[in-house]
Amino acid sequence: MILELHRISTTFLRGTANAVKALDQLSLAVAPGEFVTIIGSNGAGKSTLIKSIAGLAPPDEGRVLFEGRDITRLPVYARAAAIGRIAQDPAESTCAVMTIEENLAMAARRGQARGLRLAVDDRARERFRAALAPIGLGLEARLAARVGTLSGGQRQALALLMATISGSRLLLLDEHAASLDPKTAEIVMALTARLVEERGLTTLMVTHNMQDALRWGNRLVMLHAGRVLFDARGAEKAALTVPGLVERFHQVAEDKLAFRR
Amino acid sequence: MSQVQALVLNMFEQGFLFAFLGLGVLITFRFFRFPDLTAEGSYPLGGAVAAALLVAGTNPFLATLGAIFAGAAAGLATALIHTKLRINNIIAGIIVMTALYTINLRVMGKANTPLLNTPTVFGDVAGWFSLSENVMTTIPIAAAMLAIGGLLLVWFFHTDLGLAVRATGQNETMALSLGVDVDRTKMVGLALSNGFIALSGALVAQNHGFADIGMGIGILVTGAAAVLIGEAIFGDRTIAVWVFAAIVGVLLYRLLVALALRLGLEPIDLRLVTALLLLLALAIPRFRRRILR
Repeated sequence: MILELHRISTTFLRGTANAVKALDQLSLAVAPGEFVTIIGSNGAGKSTLIKSIAGLAPPDEGRVLFEGRDITRLPVYARAAAIGRIAQDPAESTCAVMTIEENLAMAARRGQARGLRLAVDDRARERFRAALAPIGLGLEARLAARVGTLSGGQRQALALLMATISGSRLLLLDEHAASLDPKTAEIVMALTARLVEERGLTTLMVTHNMQDALRWGNRLVMLHAGRVLFDARGAEKAALTVPGLVERFHQVAEDKLAFRR
Repeated sequence: MSQVQALVLNMFEQGFLFAFLGLGVLITFRFFRFPDLTAEGSYPLGGAVAAALLVAGTNPFLATLGAIFAGAAAGLATALIHTKLRINNIIAGIIVMTALYTINLRVMGKANTPLLNTPTVFGDVAGWFSLSENVMTTIPIAAAMLAIGGLLLVWFFHTDLGLAVRATGQNETMALSLGVDVDRTKMVGLALSNGFIALSGALVAQNHGFADIGMGIGILVTGAAAVLIGEAIFGDRTIAVWVFAAIVGVLLYRLLVALALRLGLEPIDLRLVTALLLLLALAIPRFRRRILR
């Protein structure tokens, strides 16, 4: 297993009247090469799950193992060499006031010491152009342009490249296409699938779009109230449909509620 | 010497010495986007350390270098308080600024250290060319030092570490997720900023012939005004333009202040002039946008 979550729990506003249990003793094991799509209603714990793996919101209880190593309390920057993350807001994953080549140079140094070497030289530019060209958005001709001048879709495409350029092994996508128009979202999703395939990345993708959750990946996990409600892989996942998924949701949710009573 | 000539020479001489302050403030104010009040203490610290060392007979270059390191240490202290104790960066700066007041007095042993018979970097460099220290030699020497400092800064912000420092200030979440230890980059940025600011204090003390405990009062506003004036003129472009704009901003600020004095205002009116300049520099970019529309 590349990633193991052992009974992780996270409560926001703990000790107050407004305490919210975002993750409730959640356990999940992900094998290398799996592309897991994660769905669930609002407040199901999808984003919190991603953040506890990325280190942005370490769980209150439980353990997070990555490649067998306990990373539960490891600082965000210390896991960045192996784990890439893209959020919904393009402003979070790329730096608007820095140029495309500077953003890529930052990403390329992930997990390495940052010293007094010029960040962008001709060789790096060559490499960035080669990496940008297949995306088909023309970014390879605009290396010196500030990222703030790009569209949301271009920024997310760049973020994808930044998350994968330096040999990450786990990719965390938190609704990274949700803020884009349908056509751009399609381009970004196709690019995601291609990069994941090419680099053999293990991927967790949160989405609120059931179609996307069914269409992409080889495993589907449905969260509800901070727990895994439903987990399907391979052929079982391939056979799922949107109405089927909705039905499963109601069925399992009712069973669990009945059980809890 | 005509009055205009004197005014222009004074602008360049004082402007080039204060420009290091502008560069230091540029780092915290523009890249880290917070007004670092450590400057109010690290600027006189630079003057105090250089003065104390000069009086003790230290070589002027070593004394100036000592001032830079002392300033960097002050910046590091602010960064440590901010990152390790999780105290707001403005408050952290205020704490260090307050502590430095006593430290500066201790370093000098008194409130004012005259440097009348001690050598200075300007006198030494002028001496290499068999010249004496005066406004006509100080200007090219200060300009050369500033050119070196400015180029080093532009170069630094294009290195791997420099990019990490910039990203830390502009988008901390991204920096973190790209593996940047932001606590460390904040220390680097604040040390660099206050090193430049202390250098400015050390050079001004040598040029004016004394270091004074009060020389840092209001210095952050002066630096911020200069940075904002530069930005109002040149706009928001590349790092090199930012650095150049900060230098031009300091020169203009000095010129405007000197003009205000020539127009009959008294030194006690200067703070009001500074406040108005600051307001103007902040208002111009907005105003310009409205005109363009």
